[in-house]
Amino acid sequence: MNFDPRLTNRSFTSVGTRPIRPDGIDKVTGRARYGADFNMAGQLVGRVLRSPHAHAVIRGIDTAKAEALPGVKAVITAADLPDLTNGDGALYDILDNCIARKKALYDGHAVAAVAAIDARTARQALKLIEVDYEVLPHVTDVDEAFQHGAPLINEAIFTEGLEEKPVKPSNVHKRTQYGHGDIHKGFSEADFVIERSFRTEQTHQGYIEPHACVASVSSDGMAELWVCTQGPFVYRQHCAQLLGMEASKLRVTSSEIGGGFGGKTHVWAEPVALALSRKAGRPVKLVMTRDEVFRASGPTSATSIDIKIGARKDGTITAAEATLRYSCGPYAGMWAEVGAMTAFACYRLDNVRTVGFEVLVNRPKTAAYRAPSAPMAAFAVESTIDELAGKVGMDAVDFRIKNAAQEGTRASYGPVYGPIGIGPTLEAVKNHPHMQAPLKKNQGRGMACGFWFNFGGQTCVDLNIGMDGSVSLAVGTVDVGGSRASLSLVAAEELGIDYAQVKAIVADTSSLGYNDMTDGSRGTFSSSMATISAARNAIKVLRERAAQMWDIPADDVVWEKGHALAKGEKYGNLSPLSLKEIAAQSGTTGGPIAGHSELVADGAGVSFATHICDIEVDPETGATRVLRYTVVQDAGKAVHPTYVEGQYQGGAAQGIGWALNEEYIYGKDGRLQNAGFLDYRIPVCSDLPMIDTQILEIPNPNHPYGIRGVGETSIVPPLAAIANAVSNAVGVRMTHIPMSPPRILAALEASTSAQKSESIFGKHDA
Amino acid sequence: MAGVAVSTTINGDHVEYLCQPDETLLEVLRDRLGLTGAKEGCGTGDCGACSVIVDNRLVCSCLVLGAEAEGRQVETIEGMAHGDRLHPLQQKFLEHAALQCGICTPGFLIAAKDLLAKNPDPTEEEIRFGLAGNLCRCTGYDKIVRAVQDAASVMRG
Ligand code: FES
Ligand code: FES
Repeated sequence: MNFDPRLTNRSFTSVGTRPIRPDGIDKVTGRARYGADFNMAGQLVGRVLRSPHAHAVIRGIDTAKAEALPGVKAVITAADLPDLTNGDGALYDILDNCIARKKALYDGHAVAAVAAIDARTARQALKLIEVDYEVLPHVTDVDEAFQHGAPLINEAIFTEGLEEKPVKPSNVHKRTQYGHGDIHKGFSEADFVIERSFRTEQTHQGYIEPHACVASVSSDGMAELWVCTQGPFVYRQHCAQLLGMEASKLRVTSSEIGGGFGGKTHVWAEPVALALSRKAGRPVKLVMTRDEVFRASGPTSATSIDIKIGARKDGTITAAEATLRYSCGPYAGMWAEVGAMTAFACYRLDNVRTVGFEVLVNRPKTAAYRAPSAPMAAFAVESTIDELAGKVGMDAVDFRIKNAAQEGTRASYGPVYGPIGIGPTLEAVKNHPHMQAPLKKNQGRGMACGFWFNFGGQTCVDLNIGMDGSVSLAVGTVDVGGSRASLSLVAAEELGIDYAQVKAIVADTSSLGYNDMTDGSRGTFSSSMATISAARNAIKVLRERAAQMWDIPADDVVWEKGHALAKGEKYGNLSPLSLKEIAAQSGTTGGPIAGHSELVADGAGVSFATHICDIEVDPETGATRVLRYTVVQDAGKAVHPTYVEGQYQGGAAQGIGWALNEEYIYGKDGRLQNAGFLDYRIPVCSDLPMIDTQILEIPNPNHPYGIRGVGETSIVPPLAAIANAVSNAVGVRMTHIPMSPPRILAALEASTSAQKSESIFGKHDA
Repeated sequence: MAGVAVSTTINGDHVEYLCQPDETLLEVLRDRLGLTGAKEGCGTGDCGACSVIVDNRLVCSCLVLGAEAEGRQVETIEGMAHGDRLHPLQQKFLEHAALQCGICTPGFLIAAKDLLAKNPDPTEEEIRFGLAGNLCRCTGYDKIVRAVQDAASVMRG
C-alpha cells in the first residue's frame, strides 16, 4: 500500500464541524428509498412459508395445489436451491437457514416460498402448501441445551476445542479459551473472592425497517438485487455462491437502510427471492413482516455466565475467571468466543482465564447485534467488579481506576494495548457532576465500563473531480448513521475545499471494488482512511496538472488549502491555481482527474466507554424508571460530533431496553410468544430521559486523523450500569437480564425471605 | 374480489383509486399511489412509521382501510414541505440530526406536526408522551425531542 496511515499532527478545518448530512433532505421529505420502496416492472410478490415447529423432520412438501392456484408464478423448496456450498460449512448453514433442507430447526424456519401476482394470492398459496412434519423434541434454553441428554439439534456437531475429540455429538459446537498467568495462584493470593452466575435473555436488534428486497434474474443469467443490507458485496458473494452464479453477474444495490445494528449482515430471504425470480422469470419483491423479522432473522444470544474475581485488601485484582455459554441458534457460532475475548478487556490482569461454549438451541440463527457478545459479558463482569469493590471497601470508580488497563497492558485476549481510553473515561466519570448529584429514596446510581475491538477490513473508494470542480466520492460501506456526511468532511479536509463541494454516495457492487460490510464500527474508520488515500492520489494528479499548466516541474508544486502553489522565489509571479481552475482545464491537460484507493484498513483502535445511570425502583411493583444517563466514550477524532453523540445515545437506549424490558419469550411448545413490537417492547420516547454524552478524543495512532470507530461500544456498558444502579437502589444484586418488574419483585422477595430465615435461624457466613 | 372506488383528498390534491375492501390505507398509499414516504415497520399499529393525518387526526395508516379515506382529507409526509420550503420541523430535524437511518422520520414528523397543532408549547414530558406511539431504534430520542422543542419555538414566532 503506497499510503502511510500513521497519525499526523494537524489542525482541522472541516473535520470536527457539524454540517447537515447530504442525504438529509430526502429523509425528511419521504423521498429516500428504503428496501421496500423500490419496484420493478412486472414484479411479483414473494412470501415465505415458515415452520410452526421448533424442531421437526420435513418428510415431504406437496406444492401441487399451490402451483395450480391462478396467479401463482413460482413455488420453491430446498430442491430449488441445491447445495452448491462445496464443503463450506458456514455457507451451508446460511443455505439451510434460508430454506430448511431436512429438518426445520426453529419456529419460523423457512420451508418453502411462493411468488404470485399479488400479496393476497401469495398468502393463499402458502396455505395450499402441505408440509409433512415429524415433530421432534426441542430445546430453546441455553442451560438446558448444554446438559447431557438434551434433545440433540445437529447430529454432525462434535464439540471442537476439547483435549479429546468427543465420541458423541452434542449441542456444544465449540469450546474456546483465552487468558494468561496462573489463576489458581492468583486466587490463592486474594483476600476477597466473589463468585456469581448471571443470565441474559435473547434480544433483537429491533431495526424499524423489516428486511426487504427486489430480485430480478434474467434468462441470460444476469441478475440484480435491490436490498437493505449492511454489506452489498458480502450479500453478492453469498447469493452468487448459493445460486451458482458468477459474482460479477449479480449487481447488488443497497437501498437506504432503516437500521441494521448487525442484523443486516446475513442473507436471509435474498437467495430465496432470487431463486423465485429465476423460476418465475420475473422480478420478485420480498418483504418480511415484523412477525417474520422476530421469528426468523438473527437475534443475539441468550447467555449464562459464571464469574469469579479475587482481590487483595489494597484493591488489586489478583485473578479473574469467566465461563460463558452463549446460544447460537441451531448452527455453529463464535459468539461465546467473542464474549470470552471481551469479558475482561478493560482490566490489567496478571492471572485471567475465560472459557466460552457455543451452544445450539432451537431458536433462530444468532446474528451480530452491535458489539456482539460484549454487553452480556460486561454485565456479568462489571456486576461482580462492583460487588468486589464493595467487599474491599473501595469506591466503585476508584477500584476500576486502580485496575484499569493502560498503554502496554497485555489484554486478556492477547494483544498489547497502545494508547487507550479506559483510564481517561473513568477519570472523566469520577469528575462528572452526575456522580455528585443527590439521590432520593428508592433511587440508585450505577456505573460500568465497556470495551469493543473495532474493525477495519477491506475498503475501497473512488474520488472523481468533475470539470466544474465538484467532487463525487463513491464509497462501498453502507451509510447506517451519517457516514456520507463524515466521509464528505474527510474528503473536504484532505483536499482543502468546502464540504458543500463534495457529494458522497454509496456505490453498487458493479461500480466499485469489493468492500467488507459496515460492521465492527468500521464505516467511518476504514472508508475515511481510503478517502484520505484517494484524495492524496487525486492531489498528486492535481499537482501534475498544475505543473503542466504552468510548464514547470511537478516537484515544484505543492498543495495547500485547495490550491496548487508553485514553490520557490523564481515562481513569484505565478498565482495559485484552485482545484476548480485545474479541473476546468482537465480536458486539455490529460483528461478526467480522479483518485482511487484500495486498501485493508488495519489498526482500528480499540474503544472504551464508561456509563453512569440513575434508576428509581418502585418496591411495590418492581417498575423502574431511568432518571438520568451519561455516556463517556473515546472516539479518537470525532469527525462529525453530532453523529458521534447520536451513536452514543442510540447504543445507550438499546442497552436500556435490553437491561429492563426486552426478551424473547418461548413457550413450552418451542414457539416464540412475543413476535411483535407490542409484546417485545423497545424503549419509547416517554421511557427515557435525555442522554448526556461526553466525547473524549484520544487519537488512534494508526489513522492519519486519529479516527476510531464509534458505533458499537455504547451498547456494552448499559446492562451492567443499570444492573448496578438497580442493585444499589434495592440493596439486592440483580443477576438476570432483563430486570423486568416481575424479576425485580422476585429478587426483592427472595432477599426478604432470606433475611427472615436468617433472623430466625441465626446468620451463617457463607 | 370487486374493488371499492374511493374519492379522497391527499395533500390537498383530489385523488381517486380502486382498492380491495381489505386493503389498508398504507398499502394504497405505498403500492397504488406511489407515496412511499409512510413506512411499514410493523403493520399492527405498534411503531408509528406509517403515521398520516386523516381529517386532523393522527392515525396509523396500517390500521385504516383504504376505503375509509372516502371523502376525507389525508396528509402524508410528501405534503409537509411547501415546494422546496421545508416545514420548520423538517428543518429542525436536519439541524439537530434527529435522524440516523431515517426510517422512523416521516412518522415522527407527522406525529410531531399533529402534536404541535394541538399543543404549540409542549413541555419535554408532553413531547415525550405525545410521541410515544412512534418507535425509533437509532437515536435514543434525545435529538428528536430537542428538534421538536426547537421547531415549536420557531413556529410560535
Ligand atoms: S406500520 Fe403502522 S404502526 Fe407500524
Ligand atoms: S433514525 Fe433509525 S429508527 Fe429512527
